[in-house]
Amino acid sequence: MIEKVRPHITQNESLLFELSSPGKTGYQLPELDVPAVDAAAKLGKANVRDEIEGFPEVSEVEAIRHFTRLSTWNYAIDLGLYPLGSCTMKYNPRVNELVARLEGLAWAHPYQPESLSQGAMAIIGALEQALLEISGMDAVTLQPAAGAHGELTGILLIRALLEKRGNPRKRILIPDSAHGTNPATAAIAGYAVQNIRSNEEGEIDLEALAKAVDKDVAAMMVTNPNTIGVFEQDIIKAAEILHAKGAMLYMDGANMNALVGIARPGDFGVDVMHINLHKTFSTPHGGGGPGGGPVAVKKALEPFLPVPRLRRAGRKWTFDYKRPKSIGRVRAFYGNFGVLVRALAYILAHGGDGLRNATVDAVMNANYIRKGLEPYFDLPYKAPNMHEVVFSDDRQGALGVHTGDIAKRLIDYGFHPYTVSFPLIVHGALMIEPTETESKQELDHFIRAMISIAKEVETDPQLVKTAPHTTRTSKVDEVTAARRPILRWKPAGAAIAAD
Amino acid sequence: MRYLPKSDSERRLMLDACGAASAEDLFSHLPDEVRLKRPLELAPGISEYSIIDYFRARAAENANGYASFLGAGVYAHYRPVLVDTVVSRGEFLTSYTPYQAEIAQGTLTTIFEFQTMICQLTGMDVANASMYDGSTATPEAAMMAVRVTGRSGVLVSRAVHPEYREVLRTYARNQGMPVDEVGYDAATGGIDLEDLERKLTDDTAAVLIQSPNFFGVVENVKAAADLAHSRGALLVFLFTEAVSLGILAPPVDADIVAGELQSFAISPSYGGPYAGIIAAKERFLRQMPGRLVGETKDSRGNRAFCLTLSTREQHIRREKATSNICTNQALIALMATVFMTIYGKQGLRELAEQNLAKAHYLASKLKPRFSGPFFNEFVSNGRSPEEMNKTLLKKKIIGGLPLQRYYPELKDCALWCATEMSGRAQMDAVAEALQA
Amino acid sequence: MSTYPEEFRYTKEHEWVKVEGDAGMVGITDHAQKELGDIVYVDLPKVGAKVEKGKSLGSVESVKAVSDIYSPVSGEVIAINETLTSAPEKLNEDPHGAAWLVKVRLSAPDEIKQLLSASDYQTYIGAES
Repeated sequence: MIEKVRPHITQNESLLFELSSPGKTGYQLPELDVPAVDAAAKLGKANVRDEIEGFPEVSEVEAIRHFTRLSTWNYAIDLGLYPLGSCTMKYNPRVNELVARLEGLAWAHPYQPESLSQGAMAIIGALEQALLEISGMDAVTLQPAAGAHGELTGILLIRALLEKRGNPRKRILIPDSAHGTNPATAAIAGYAVQNIRSNEEGEIDLEALAKAVDKDVAAMMVTNPNTIGVFEQDIIKAAEILHAKGAMLYMDGANMNALVGIARPGDFGVDVMHINLHKTFSTPHGGGGPGGGPVAVKKALEPFLPVPRLRRAGRKWTFDYKRPKSIGRVRAFYGNFGVLVRALAYILAHGGDGLRNATVDAVMNANYIRKGLEPYFDLPYKAPNMHEVVFSDDRQGALGVHTGDIAKRLIDYGFHPYTVSFPLIVHGALMIEPTETESKQELDHFIRAMISIAKEVETDPQLVKTAPHTTRTSKVDEVTAARRPILRWKPAGAAIAAD
Repeated sequence: MRYLPKSDSERRLMLDACGAASAEDLFSHLPDEVRLKRPLELAPGISEYSIIDYFRARAAENANGYASFLGAGVYAHYRPVLVDTVVSRGEFLTSYTPYQAEIAQGTLTTIFEFQTMICQLTGMDVANASMYDGSTATPEAAMMAVRVTGRSGVLVSRAVHPEYREVLRTYARNQGMPVDEVGYDAATGGIDLEDLERKLTDDTAAVLIQSPNFFGVVENVKAAADLAHSRGALLVFLFTEAVSLGILAPPVDADIVAGELQSFAISPSYGGPYAGIIAAKERFLRQMPGRLVGETKDSRGNRAFCLTLSTREQHIRREKATSNICTNQALIALMATVFMTIYGKQGLRELAEQNLAKAHYLASKLKPRFSGPFFNEFVSNGRSPEEMNKTLLKKKIIGGLPLQRYYPELKDCALWCATEMSGRAQMDAVAEALQA
Repeated sequence: MSTYPEEFRYTKEHEWVKVEGDAGMVGITDHAQKELGDIVYVDLPKVGAKVEKGKSLGSVESVKAVSDIYSPVSGEVIAINETLTSAPEKLNEDPHGAAWLVKVRLSAPDEIKQLLSASDYQTYIGAES
């Protein structure tokens, strides 16, 4: 019996272009207080465009209805649990939205005089300090726009330091449990990728590591706890093996939600790490971005950080551009400032003890789920897990039902699916991270839903395999979408975009 | 703590279920050497009201109530109220990447509309669901051209935003991508086509040109494209001022377009977050980085949207991906989508015309250095811009950006921007200060 | 049970080759297309490209995965199957016939001898599952 179903609003809504009609407007500009100019005369006739063909013309009313209706077709944290592993879908505090929109912050131009930017710079300084305390590192840049961007920055920093020491080296070691951005980043940074297999506990195989580390290895990229939610027990030894050969340890900070206030990467041998503000520090995912990917480093890497660096000159903040060893810029301006504001607001709200309590709750929630689901789903790795837990679909697979099917059936119970089929070291993975945001009630709902589905797999597997059944949109045809991509609207009668 | 929805008695029940005597037991398996043995040295958590007070105080330490003539890649444009109304809806703000299409049709549909409107504005065939910003979209576009042509070198105009060129160099250095710069014409302020012709080689993958360029000058894109194409190179068109697309001819001669959408209702916010885009001709589709949303049907035959062509991306292709990018700037792109919807076909035109009028009025008071046509920015000539700006600050006006630090040869010049938000009174005040 | 043509030779990576004179027609096996699921895109080399036995000559994509195609023979590509560009699903429908991938002028015809016969290949995939 399904306990919790969130019915979807079923009205249809056309695309903007289909609602459009010539002459409808949704705007009004103030009257010009200067003379109008002739565009063709000022720009040259060839530089002036014809009308924007096909561009929508709708009223303000249609606009608000359109987007409001579309929004009701989305799932969101505000509606319920997202058990997505390593995504840390926690509550996005609303006060953060308010403060980011304060006029003095939202309208600040990055090139306005420093004397008129002291408040913005103080915010950057405060967040830098907080992240250093949390990570146990020595210096941090807030420039990178997202996790993957931070990873690239981090690897470029490693390259710069190794170059200064005489040899940038050729390879980066990446565990087979790693997130896809890790090898993609290594390749963009000009390194070859070498996979390191995990041992039977799902952790780094120290023997394999020792064999693999030579003078051509620049670094190893790890996530800790790793993507099965387990703390790498031998992380300090792994760091020593790398350091002994002049290589460095990069940590993907995606799973920091298990560590804040408990352990600091700077204390267990990490040389460079990135932090995901949109994960651990609550900034909103907004349907896929923006994010924030600060990179924190040990002292030796500090000179290479992206330019400019914020510093105190007497009682004033200033940006220092005299950084001859810097890797340069990884983006224009100073960082996703609006995201930094939100992250700082989150930290201020919690304080030191509060952040630690959040971590404790996150780990408690994941363990509670593990206990609740262990009797029903196969748990391939038995080590204690932290903020996330990974099951496999082995039991259900024997009956022809796989993790993807179970995930879709979970939608009928009113939840967003967990992470399907990742990490790769678990066959048929169900990767679940509840975060501290979930109440006992919500967790109990989730556990009961998963148990109910496990039972459905035995009594009525087809029901699960053909899910979801109660959504406005049923399973979409991803195959045709990829075979014959249609990536934009075109007026009726125009050729459909083909490959 | 108000964000942690559990009572102590509930925690007790949960710990019992886990077989843990205390919360500390959950961490007892960690090696002792890694444990932080003291509290974090951060101030205690504060109330919502104190948080607001803190940021109000910081905001007050920034410019408030100043008229600004700064552009240079970040522009002051009105933000229709509806933009924040829409993006503040929890279903947009707090939703995840739309991997589960059945419960993310809101996000997917708006991205599809976004992709369409970008194509309509730029004259390209396909557009992605956005990049981090214009400055990182630039090297991504260059890398795309390298993949497509199989060549390695890139030529970039010196009139492309200086910080964009810096980012390009950071990326290029590690890719074995030689970057050479093409000069600008000292009279017109546009790209020096002769210099471009001289520097094109058979290893040039792309020519990168920005229009309007950093000086505000509208470039002769067709001429640059013809030169590039004659040597087998691609033309990458960059833009930083999206409002210009409301009136300027779309870059149909380009192969790839990359740019910044901050002008479309994205707060300047001291440098970010913004949203970049990459758009291109159909035949380059498979080499495009970033997310793509496609139209399809669901199992009941209804139109639906989903992420597609994911095999280009990092989570599948890993080290062979077209990029390492994982995020797109979905919420920011949504702001731009709402903006484009509110203004619509007529509005974008009228908005651009107002910008044109305002900047040309200001230019009539100052002395534009370059003779090339300009949109809403231009470079002024004459007295020391730093002195001028000191005077203007006393009138609560932030003057044009002195160019010396980016272009030493333009040390007496400043870059001025006027938009629909610039008032005649402030522009007259600038003229007055100039005369004094 | 699918039929594996006797005149083909097979690799352990699930490619087949059919020798026609001094050229070999190359494809992927029925077993491979089943494992891949719905195929959405095929990435083939250009005519004139050189291929090497055991090295990747292109890839096949399903919605969620990409698989390299390893050439069973060395030589020069003299033809590619254009129909797969607009209809990649043919690879699911007729992997041993109409959905051949490339034709290669063999530079080392003896390589064929190292490949598996139809019955050896069927034994191999039987053991795999």
